[in-house]
Amino acid sequence: MGDHDHKPGFFTRWFMSTNHKDIGTLYIIFAIIAGVIGGLFSFIMRLELQEPGVQYILDSAGNPDGNLWNVFITAHGLIMVFFVVMPGLIGGFGNWFVPLMIGAPDMAFPRLNNISFWLLVPSFLLLVLSALIGAEVFDSDYMKHIEENGIHLGDFFGPGAGTGWTVYPPLSSTLGHPGMAVDMAIFSLHLAGASSILGAANFITTIFNMRAPGMTLHKMPLFVWSILVTAFLLVLAVPVLGGAITMLLTDRNFGTHFFNPEGGGDPILFQHLFWFFGHPEVYIIILPAFGVISQIVSTFSQRPVFGYLGMAYAMVSIGFVGFVVWAHHMYTVGMDVDTRAYFTAATLIIAVPTGVKIFSWIATMWGGSIRFATPMLWAIGFIFLFTLGGVTGVVLANGSVSPLFHDTYYVVAHFHYTLSLGAVFALFAGFYYWCGKMFGRQYPEWMGQIHFWITFIGVNLIFFPQHFLGLQGMPRRYIDYPDAYEGWNAVSSYGAYLTGLGTLWFIFVVLYTMTRGKKPSGNYWDVPPQSFTLEWSLPSPPPFHQFDIQPKVK
Amino acid sequence: MKIQNRILAIIFTCFGSLIMFSLIPALANEPVNWGLTFQPSASSSAERIHEFHNMLLYIISAIVGFVLLLLSIVILRFNKKANKTPSNVTHNVLLEIVWTVIPIVILIIIAVPSFKILYQNDKIAEPEMTLKVTGYQWYWGYEYPDQGGINFLSYMVKDEEIKDGQKRLLSTDNVVVLPIETNIALLVTAADVIHAWTIPAFGVKIDAVPFRTNETWFRINKPGVYYGQCSEICGKDHTYMPIEVHAVTKEEFRAWVARAKVEFASHDSSEDKTLEYAQLGNK
Repeated sequence: MGDHDHKPGFFTRWFMSTNHKDIGTLYIIFAIIAGVIGGLFSFIMRLELQEPGVQYILDSAGNPDGNLWNVFITAHGLIMVFFVVMPGLIGGFGNWFVPLMIGAPDMAFPRLNNISFWLLVPSFLLLVLSALIGAEVFDSDYMKHIEENGIHLGDFFGPGAGTGWTVYPPLSSTLGHPGMAVDMAIFSLHLAGASSILGAANFITTIFNMRAPGMTLHKMPLFVWSILVTAFLLVLAVPVLGGAITMLLTDRNFGTHFFNPEGGGDPILFQHLFWFFGHPEVYIIILPAFGVISQIVSTFSQRPVFGYLGMAYAMVSIGFVGFVVWAHHMYTVGMDVDTRAYFTAATLIIAVPTGVKIFSWIATMWGGSIRFATPMLWAIGFIFLFTLGGVTGVVLANGSVSPLFHDTYYVVAHFHYTLSLGAVFALFAGFYYWCGKMFGRQYPEWMGQIHFWITFIGVNLIFFPQHFLGLQGMPRRYIDYPDAYEGWNAVSSYGAYLTGLGTLWFIFVVLYTMTRGKKPSGNYWDVPPQSFTLEWSLPSPPPFHQFDIQPKVK
Repeated sequence: MKIQNRILAIIFTCFGSLIMFSLIPALANEPVNWGLTFQPSASSSAERIHEFHNMLLYIISAIVGFVLLLLSIVILRFNKKANKTPSNVTHNVLLEIVWTVIPIVILIIIAVPSFKILYQNDKIAEPEMTLKVTGYQWYWGYEYPDQGGINFLSYMVKDEEIKDGQKRLLSTDNVVVLPIETNIALLVTAADVIHAWTIPAFGVKIDAVPFRTNETWFRINKPGVYYGQCSEICGKDHTYMPIEVHAVTKEEFRAWVARAKVEFASHDSSEDKTLEYAQLGNK
């Protein structure tokens, strides 16, 4: 094998990479960096919300800056969705393990793979710059400004895009946001969208054409299934977002009136287009997480996945139904009552395949001989917390109750239970599970467990009280709140500090592992035959080019 | 491993009890500190919603409790120490049918009352009066077309101007006065970006969309002071455009109308603003 394992030089290897494993690593590094930035935004937000009144989010004159607040919530949302969870789960784990699991030497289109990643970097820079451009701190006489006003958080940010990640016009039109920040954010989404579509096409081609002999679709590991379904969702959903934001862009710059009501356009049309993308998007985020959890639960229970076919087709049906439920985000826009009834029914149906998944995971563990290593702790945490986020989803599905919750912290709690405590738990689970395989260094077990417990307690402290705030009627996207919401907000903020501590610990664990971690064997989890996937047949890390002899699957 | 199992079990139990706590109702007309559930209902629509939500809360608590129980059993009985040889069962058709069909049955149990309430709350019984609301960046405009077109704008009371009895971020300079035991039709629109008008105690939340009028209704069943806050992100002062409604008896309302006709007589009609906006858009 040694002869074929010559790696290119540093620049060629990391900047012009066509190797799926290196690109996967780049995605993971990118996701971690973006995650720290996106996490920092939420940390500042919780700091601000710890007490009533406005203490930190101040403009350069020292007054409460509602627009800066909106820029923060927008940046946090967009970064976490497009630059953390998607690159981490799909770009990172997908790139690394889809080819390995199906016995392929690489992705179908290695150069396309390269451009998919490198489109994300300028996309992210555009988004970050959109928040910074026009900031006071870039002024030549900033020193004088400090002497007069002191330093405030607002000095470091420009007008920014304070539209929410949903970018609804007319707030996102020139009426609400005259500057160039929203245009930059739109371009950022264009690039991120192009990256996703190209990546998805690559995954579909790879999975359909490059499976090892004997690996039929019904023998593919569930993680590969999850990426396949996700790729289809991406190809069908993201172009709709692309269309909608392009129309928004021409509305803003070229005098069209797609969404401008005074020109006969319709702002509600944008909401339909956005959520036609936006709802499948949440499944794009969670399906790969399902895949990761399935692999881990099977490995550490030492049992084959229970109801494999049910699990695979549950994901397919979630994907299908996910496309016909979008307007449950829009119960208050003034839709006809029959339309609301339809979307209630369609949305409730999603609970069925989701339930199948939860019960199948538990049945996989049932009768198993479970090892509670770090990845398994994250996986069990995922199953329980995703169930919690799922049942509040059933509540929100009802067009009758949902308006009372619309745009309150109940919704914030719901989608953080599914995404932050769901998808992000799966990110960590996957990282600890595959860390030794990807980087040839194993984390110390106790370090991983400490990270899990700090994070588990922290995030529940943040988000569980937000259900109560939402029930009491506290609206989301608010820089300040009536004094009556003080108690639970304080608890929520303490949770955020604990989680922040956990994140610092995680960064330490990563650095320690990369420099001092033990070198693991090829199958360091002793994955038993009944849960075996092909990546465990290779050394850790795998050779630069794997499968010189094509594996055969019985 | 043993300690870990214990901790897991304790944490899971805490969740269960927290969910049970949230079934205890709160009492005030407004949000209260450490409140766990809805503000008390003040309209028939809100009552129906609360009743249905209580049912939902029992169902979802039971589901979470059931999953918690299964996970606890799995953790305690099927860990490596307790069970050395894993079973090799890969599927069980009957079990899989059961865990597909039972959720469907539960969903049907949810869907039936859900639809009923959805349609009940949508249908307006003979409206007795109309309140027209317009959302602006960042205040509300109100109009009473059936009371001689009384109209006024309503701004949040700033922190430094708060008087006794007023609430920070909730009280407004001009308050909306409405009669109880009256079917009120609510017409909502906006003059610039999208806002959303809500009073949680009435069970009402509806978007204010420019150049579009949304309609809903409510019937307040007890007098009192009620608050709401703009519920669709609308720019920098989204936090600072609350809604304050004083619900009074029909007699008191008639007296207020007489006073208001004088007080707000010189007020500009809110339509001027809409016109201004249209011109802005055509710049």
